[in-house]
Amino acid sequence: MNYSNLFRIAIRALLRNKLRAFLTMLGIIIGVASVIAMLALGEGSKMSIREEMSSMGTNMVMVMPNSQRRGGVSLGSSGSMALKYSDVTALRNEAGSITSVSPEVRASGQVIYGNQNSQTTIYGISEEYLTIKKLEVETGRLFNSQETKSMAKVCLLGQTVVEDLFGENVDPIGLSVRIKNLPFQVIGVLKEKGESGMGQDQDDMILAPYTTVQRRLAAIDYINGIYASAVTEEKSAEAIAEIEEILRRSHKLKESDENDFRIMSQSELIETVSSITDIMTLLLGAIAGISLLVGGIGIMNIMFVSVTERTREIGLRMSIGGRGKDILWQFLVESMLLSILGGILGIISGYLIARLAGSLMDSPVFVTTRSVVLAFVVCFAIGVFFGWYPAKKAAGLNPIDALRYE
Amino acid sequence: MKNIIIEIKGLKKDYQVGEVMVHALRGVDMKIDDGEFVAIMGVSGSGKSTMLNILGCLDKPTGGEYDFDGVNINTLDRDALARLRNNKLGFVFQAYNLLPRTTALENVELPLFYNNKIRSKERKERAIAALESVGLADRMKHMPNQLSGGQQQRVAIARSLVNDPRIILADEPTGNLDTRTSFEIMELFQSLNEKGRTIVYVTHEPDIARFATRNVIFRDGRIQKESQVNERLYARDMLKSLPAEEFDEM
Repeated sequence: MNYSNLFRIAIRALLRNKLRAFLTMLGIIIGVASVIAMLALGEGSKMSIREEMSSMGTNMVMVMPNSQRRGGVSLGSSGSMALKYSDVTALRNEAGSITSVSPEVRASGQVIYGNQNSQTTIYGISEEYLTIKKLEVETGRLFNSQETKSMAKVCLLGQTVVEDLFGENVDPIGLSVRIKNLPFQVIGVLKEKGESGMGQDQDDMILAPYTTVQRRLAAIDYINGIYASAVTEEKSAEAIAEIEEILRRSHKLKESDENDFRIMSQSELIETVSSITDIMTLLLGAIAGISLLVGGIGIMNIMFVSVTERTREIGLRMSIGGRGKDILWQFLVESMLLSILGGILGIISGYLIARLAGSLMDSPVFVTTRSVVLAFVVCFAIGVFFGWYPAKKAAGLNPIDALRYE
Repeated sequence: MKNIIIEIKGLKKDYQVGEVMVHALRGVDMKIDDGEFVAIMGVSGSGKSTMLNILGCLDKPTGGEYDFDGVNINTLDRDALARLRNNKLGFVFQAYNLLPRTTALENVELPLFYNNKIRSKERKERAIAALESVGLADRMKHMPNQLSGGQQQRVAIARSLVNDPRIILADEPTGNLDTRTSFEIMELFQSLNEKGRTIVYVTHEPDIARFATRNVIFRDGRIQKESQVNERLYARDMLKSLPAEEFDEM
């Protein structure tokens, strides 16, 4: 029996039970479609997160205080007093592998304008902060060193805060808002940045001189973090090492002491987030893969029914000279045809579903060649794997018993 | 000089059914020559069907010798037996065993599909010739469910002829047919035999057995009686003697 005849027989057998063949394929179609769609969504969100995070500057380096422990109790890292402004000065003066550095002091609280209010975070920073985090002033201006020195009550607003407080068509520049009951003059508005890769609104912020936030709003003498730019992305690791050395010195840590701060680079963070989304994608893919498995079992089930139903046909084929091998191939080609056809339809519908879901959820999708090839190979394997046993059963039948089967 | 196609010596076949050992054949000697037309008879359980299955190489004997066309069957494996069936044997079954939803022509082509030496053009030509020889030239594109019982059996006979077999084995070929159609099928067999085809068929009807040239009667797994048919019937004449009002099928 040659291959084209095997195909003809298989196609005819499937056409004989069109609805059944389609329903059997449906299991595979749904399985493949969900795998393709899940991987496409996962891949798409990974790419967009990477892109978003890169837009924040791939050469950014962050220093955070380490969480402190007193008597075995973790005090958390935000309350840690490990970082001081003197660290910023030390880095600015000594570190050669960074171009700019800024402190960050955070205070959260209510901002009021007229009868409108907004709950937001006030970031106390120095001028370089905008360069480091790739923020831009849309209208107005940034505060100057004189204002920093004098703890001036001036601020720049993010787009979300502007919308919350003023609505549209109002230029807030020069107006006065109350932050934690202190009047601040709005001197600038930041350009819209959109959501971060992790769904955080990057426009829901107020910027003010770090001195102002530190003394007037938070009433602390330490800072919450340090942001710096490495000379280039490739020099991030070098910058981390240098910062660590300088900070250890300025914190007067002994050889045996652990760091009381953490240093992270944006490129490291991107890697971490990518690997998290990779795991997510894998997990979603695995769940979808289970439905593929169920589809495969569906094929096996139908192939068993088909073999039983056609026992007499098998007997006849054997009596006129069909060998076990011929019968085996006949059923194997049938199950492979089912799974591969289902796979192709699944890939197409998975692609369409991913596109649809992507446009509905406004998130990017990316169908990789890898996932298509993977789905195809898995389908082929399913066809062979789940078709093998029923086909083997058919091939092993005794011709007389098969002929006499009622 | 006649060739011996089938030569059997001391053939035995035992089945294990549950805990009981069934001795279906208890030592059978038989010879079938080229060009013979043999009817195997016997009551149910006499071993005649088992005999036909072994003759058709569908089943292997548990004892004794079986030479088919000079080849000892006992030495052949499953695949070799399948090839033998494909090249040298033709089967006709009581229930026709045609593939449903498959045209008469394709049903007849079927045995040739399992012969890799035959190209599709030759396969088709031979199938058409076989169908013509059974008088179904105008029914080639019909599906089995569009054919009468007699016509279906003719397709089955065409299928058994298509590989130009050494012998045709028929298991109760008229068992599902009415009298007139039975005669028509026997007429076909007789004309095939006249052209030199060797045919062996199983029947339990004494009348049908009288169309053959030789009768072999089985009983309890042994040959009880073997005889040449004295007053041989000719289906052509029998058909003429049937009342005219019977429905005209062909």
